[in-house]
Amino acid sequence: MAKRWTPDLTQEDVTPESLFMNRRQIIAGLAGVGLAGLAAPAARAETLEPSDEKAITSYNNFYEFGTGKGDPLKYADRLTTEPWSIEIDGMVERPGSYALGDILAKMTIEERIYRFRCVEAWSMVVPWNGFELADLLDMAGVKEGAKYVAFETLVRPEEMPGQRFPVLEWPYVEGLRLDEAMHPLTLMATGIYGKPIPNQNGAPIRLVVPWKYGFKSIKSIVRITLTDSEPPTSWNKANAAEYGFYSNVNPEVDHPRWSQATERPIGGGFFAKRKPTLMFNGYEKEVASLYSGMDLTKNF
Amino acid sequence: MIDHLNLWLRRVPTWPLYILGVLYPVWLLYQGMTGALGVDPVKALEHAIGKAGLQLLLVTLLVTPLRRFVGLNILKFRRALGLLTFFYIALHLLVWFVLDVQIASQVWADIVKRPYITIGMAGFLLMVPLAITSNNTSVRRLGRKWITLHKLTYLVAILGAVHYVLLVKGFQIEPLLYLGAVLLLLSLRRIPRRRRMRAA
Repeated sequence: MAKRWTPDLTQEDVTPESLFMNRRQIIAGLAGVGLAGLAAPAARAETLEPSDEKAITSYNNFYEFGTGKGDPLKYADRLTTEPWSIEIDGMVERPGSYALGDILAKMTIEERIYRFRCVEAWSMVVPWNGFELADLLDMAGVKEGAKYVAFETLVRPEEMPGQRFPVLEWPYVEGLRLDEAMHPLTLMATGIYGKPIPNQNGAPIRLVVPWKYGFKSIKSIVRITLTDSEPPTSWNKANAAEYGFYSNVNPEVDHPRWSQATERPIGGGFFAKRKPTLMFNGYEKEVASLYSGMDLTKNF
Repeated sequence: MIDHLNLWLRRVPTWPLYILGVLYPVWLLYQGMTGALGVDPVKALEHAIGKAGLQLLLVTLLVTPLRRFVGLNILKFRRALGLLTFFYIALHLLVWFVLDVQIASQVWADIVKRPYITIGMAGFLLMVPLAITSNNTSVRRLGRKWITLHKLTYLVAILGAVHYVLLVKGFQIEPLLYLGAVLLLLSLRRIPRRRRMRAA
């Protein structure tokens, strides 16, 4: 069931700058004769260039290791990720503890280059490796009546120094509606840049939901529970006025303490220009239908 | 011991403090340019300079209690400490404006709409008259009014610490420690002087 979603581009598509300029000129030329529409997809793909590996792996929000952006890199080497298993329970046909190795043996790992937008208004582009969450849920067999998926991060204060402080209530928990979880864009990531995912990025396995703010993409997952009611989520519990259950990227709905209209791409140095944030982080075409009829200012 | 220290301090000039104070942001800027501040030098610089400003403000507020309760006299450095605080917070604001938010209309929207920014901005504005009057002429001209005016520092310190408390995500201890330190330093000033006066 893998490969349900065809990405705009893979790493081979990363365009050398000279070619990029070339195509830009062609696009400009086409626009002149009214063919701009045809050229638009190419233009969009060209801007999605993966961030530096150093940026992706040294600038992390993973409060289990500390609240500083550099803390995860500094402390995450203490984390043991082998053996690792995921408890899949709740409304599933085949509940149980699944060893990560057994899961991976059944999954097809793909590369997905996704935009990543943090709720703090910075962004990156990450070349993930992983499989679709839908495949894992199919493996466990979702029971009739299940409506939500709840996730839980490892609690191990002796290896995760940030968990010694009540910054959030541990374990970190997250949740998705079942249709969001089954969406082909929703990924369980096990790698970045073709390498095993570094500890500071949520090893050995994490969620990636590219149209939602980064904190929805829960790291180092040890439990997945299918339920029929909306599960509690960590940031919502900490501050319900600021963080909703959905937390879809939306430039029109501000965080109470800052604007979400623009974002700062990380890795561009002192003078990196802000860029406009895209509705659903640029995945509007793929996911907007999930929320049709919903008031997104209320269901933020 | 304290007397020796006070004697020695009387011979230490204040100008090196200004030099060191100016060198720190320059050094941060250099670090940011060379990658030593990490992949997000803008936030790193903004936060480092803001926190240094708050720390300087705490040291400024420490001058009086140190003199009163420990007998250590660093009063001659207070003007430098205060002016450097102003300089750092001005830089903090500049980095936020030019490198972080970048968009003038959004800067204004943030000042009006976001309480933590409104509070931070108010703190900065209250420092302006203090910085302007931090010279011998103003002290002479304003007389007792100068002392009253410069008590605004207490309010600035509270606003600065509250600004820090309000901007973090989740329950974080560090900004609360800063707020606690500010409140402690201010409450020390509430201790009545009666006993000392009688002794004198």
